[in-house]
Amino acid sequence: MRRFWIGFALVALLVAGGLSYFASPDPDGLDTVALNGCTETDAGLQGTCIAQHATEHHTSASPLADYSVFGGHGTVGPAGIIGVLVVLVLAGGLFRLLRRRAPRG
Amino acid sequence: MVSAMHMSDGLVNAPTSLLFGAIAIVGMALCLWRARTDLDDRTAPMAGLVTAFVFAVQMINFPILPGASGHLLGGALVAILVGPYVGAVCIGIVLLVQALLFADGGLTALGMNVTNMALIGTFVGYGVAVLLRGLARRGRGGLLVVAFTAAFANTVVASLGFVLEYAIGGAGGASLGTVFTLMVGLHALIGIGEGVITAATVGAVAAVRPDLVHLLRGTGPTLVRKEATA
Repeated sequence: MRRFWIGFALVALLVAGGLSYFASPDPDGLDTVALNGCTETDAGLQGTCIAQHATEHHTSASPLADYSVFGGHGTVGPAGIIGVLVVLVLAGGLFRLLRRRAPRG
Repeated sequence: MVSAMHMSDGLVNAPTSLLFGAIAIVGMALCLWRARTDLDDRTAPMAGLVTAFVFAVQMINFPILPGASGHLLGGALVAILVGPYVGAVCIGIVLLVQALLFADGGLTALGMNVTNMALIGTFVGYGVAVLLRGLARRGRGGLLVVAFTAAFANTVVASLGFVLEYAIGGAGGASLGTVFTLMVGLHALIGIGEGVITAATVGAVAAVRPDLVHLLRGTGPTLVRKEATA
């Protein structure tokens, strides 16, 4: 059992910490739709599209904003590993608290 | 660099954001309540790991067309592995961490992102998987087909959530028809990737620990023992 848990956690860490460097930088499906009708220029978005209504993110000053560590170039891996660990602690803790305890004795 | 992946703030007006914020809170509360019956000493750590795994895999945008990518949403994946109630909470936690720490998905858009991916995606994925459960129990090939199909459906239907929200209170910039066509078209392509990732993951877990696959439970002695102690 323990080997399965460790293996699963290692896969998540490898994906977030290593494979993330090979992720496509192109906009995802939703962003592609939001950007449809605009071209991105140095002066901002030109044309008419949904994304022009997007506002600055409230947590854009977060040290992990945009999957980087303090905005550092090439820090997606460490940012991903921190994210996996944070999620593991949060989700693991919550589900542990919620679980039905096995009856004693 | 990993691009932003979820709805930003401002794409939909404030009343619509509030409405879906309320739907998300009520839905998540119900799921948290129902999740307790699905969590025990074995499934609780599994659910924690599945959540971390979804966070990790959501970072991996894969190309679908020149200039466009997609990523896992994860609804069917979590529903098949840990059940729909626990699964919806898994996706909710991922979205919360992404919005708060990674500036991915707006805070006022969190209700819509949770509604689309955690609630709609997970329950649609689960519904399809349950409809096809007979096939999933027939063997490994059947399970992979079911996982792929459920994941494809969860992606396309979750994308309709955004179309609905845009129809109710969209900020403008594109016609509803264009939004519908593009969202469904792109997410049909993303759904293929979602299906492949989901089938591979469910297949891998089922190969080593079939007892940890929620969808396959309820067959054989496991259920009898569980019901006897319940």
